[in-house]
Amino acid sequence: MEKFIRHTGVGVPLRRSNVDTDQIIPAVYLKRVTRTGFEDGLFAAWRGDETFVLNNPAFASGSVLVAGPDFGTGSSREHAVWALKDYGFKAVLSSRFADIFRGNSGKQGLLTGQLSQDDIELIWKALENAPGTEVTVDLDQRVVTCGEIVAPMQVDDYTRWRLMEGLDDIGLTLRHTDAIDDFEAGRPSHKPRTLV
Amino acid sequence: MGKTLAEKVWDAHVVRRAEGEPDLLYIDLHLVHEVTSPQAFDGLRLAGRPVRRPDLTLATEDHNTPTLDIDKPIADLTSRTQIETLRRNCQEFGVRIHSLGDVEQGIVHVVGPQLGLTQPGLTVVCGDSHTSTHGAFGALAFGIGTSEVEHVLATQTLPLRPFKTMAINVEGTLKPGVTAKDIILAVIAKIGTGGGQGYVLEYRGSALAGLSMESRMTICNMSIEAGARAGMIAPDETTFAYIDGRPHAPKGKEWDAALEYWRTLYTDDDAVFDAEVTIDADELEPFVTWGTNPGQGLPLSASVPDPESFADESEKAAARRALEYMALEAGTPLRDIAVDTVFIGSCTNGRIEDLRAAAAVVKGRKKADSVRVLVVPGSAKVRLQAEQEGLDKVFTEFGAEWRHAGCSMCLGMNPDQLAPGERSASTSNRNFEGRQGKGGRTHLVSPLVAAATSVRGTLSSPADLEPVG
Ligand code: SF4
Repeated sequence: MEKFIRHTGVGVPLRRSNVDTDQIIPAVYLKRVTRTGFEDGLFAAWRGDETFVLNNPAFASGSVLVAGPDFGTGSSREHAVWALKDYGFKAVLSSRFADIFRGNSGKQGLLTGQLSQDDIELIWKALENAPGTEVTVDLDQRVVTCGEIVAPMQVDDYTRWRLMEGLDDIGLTLRHTDAIDDFEAGRPSHKPRTLV
Repeated sequence: MGKTLAEKVWDAHVVRRAEGEPDLLYIDLHLVHEVTSPQAFDGLRLAGRPVRRPDLTLATEDHNTPTLDIDKPIADLTSRTQIETLRRNCQEFGVRIHSLGDVEQGIVHVVGPQLGLTQPGLTVVCGDSHTSTHGAFGALAFGIGTSEVEHVLATQTLPLRPFKTMAINVEGTLKPGVTAKDIILAVIAKIGTGGGQGYVLEYRGSALAGLSMESRMTICNMSIEAGARAGMIAPDETTFAYIDGRPHAPKGKEWDAALEYWRTLYTDDDAVFDAEVTIDADELEPFVTWGTNPGQGLPLSASVPDPESFADESEKAAARRALEYMALEAGTPLRDIAVDTVFIGSCTNGRIEDLRAAAAVVKGRKKADSVRVLVVPGSAKVRLQAEQEGLDKVFTEFGAEWRHAGCSMCLGMNPDQLAPGERSASTSNRNFEGRQGKGGRTHLVSPLVAAATSVRGTLSSPADLEPVG
């Protein structure tokens, strides 16, 4: 997993609250057998509406999603995170995230930064006044800057450490490969094997 | 203080323990099937990681496989893609696979025990909630999600917080015609579909000692329907005899060493469970479900309950909704409920003993004209064994359809489905709305009840049948 320390990219104002994982990616996209290519399912139900923010060319290359409160509620599908990442988003900012979504994001290297709703509103206005404006998300310093706006960002210590080290769950476990090797060396030989 | 069986197995697999962190648990056996594995393999590919222990991993095709015309290409595109993807992944990563048409193909939870891979004291995982089945051997076996599948493939371990333990004491003697399925349906009705949440259930007591391994698997299989992470039964001579001589059973000195270890796998007398429940086996009767979750069950002699009779408001609402979906009237005797389809199969009741029990009931009879009867062996080996015993003839002469192995109508991912409004008596494990097909109505039953029901056309036990004359 790539390390996340600081990122600057086009901010996308998503003026909606309670965006659930069904809206992030509808169930019909779940039948796939790959881990990539979910960008076409991202916000699929809204993409047909030409006024939808991602249909504005100035926002289309966005990488920082600035969303309303209660982002990521509903079913626990990991595909929601894959879809956002596959589209090119590196960070989602909101005043409140659903727990499971936040957990899934941390594991997959997508930053979920919590800002006050007041700061979200300020950033929304800045982005809407000048579409294509860049936002800098500094995980090291835990601040978001957008033009003149400097907003403190909450990210818990553990998630911040993992993202800055670029460790997914498997990466975390693989740090203990020595312990796994040792354990394996002591396994009784009567335990079954599928290959002979 | 002593340890419970679950704690003994857990403690023997801790790779790393650190304050405030989950234990890192070693996994002895990882079973894989086509539905929950594709993205796990793809994740490995993206990160450039290998499968750490292909020699502790085994894949089968089961959820999507057709049970007719198995030599033809699979018609449904999603099903075919999942199966072809599994085959490619197994080849790329060096994982052994039993594909459709292979003599060892079958439902993953039937195949593991059948090969002798499922053994006491192992940790077993699979991306499937009915992995609890393997607990019948005294293994700690539980279902995991796709990202955990990837984690096990890459590291052969899982970070986990310990489960709580619950004893389910089943004391007494079962009446004739009462089976393992009736025990577990009664347990779920008693503790509820959420009653086991966070627990490993250990089934114990005098009624279990006499049960075959097949019956024990039926019980552990449905632990998940009580919300539990896993179900376990301490291994005994029945367990050892079942494993002895199977393809992957330890041999010679290894067998002796294994046996010595297996004999230590029981709950110590002074161990303490976090919770205990007792079931009186003498009182049990054939059990059937009337609603849309496995906890909504009653003895066959009862009637459809009145939703207003439930004390709890949410149960009342659930019962009302269930009766509406099931198109049942409160007060109707369960025995009067007519079904359209009888399904005998699944990882709950698709083993040779289940087929033998059902065949013994239907032998020399004709099925009711109004029902279609599907018999789907849990594995290709079970099918072969049954054919050697002539059970296929018993079923076909009775008027049943004799199919190839797979999950089939348990979840209707293949063409074996209920039509909207159709009603089934099914030996599977889930009676959720739409589980066996959109709009389908499911009554969960034992193989004996399924067989008797296919004779009479309404929910019945073998005791309701006229003697064959
Ligand atoms: S038979 Fe049913 S419950 Fe068992 S593994 Fe297959 S789909 Fe799941």
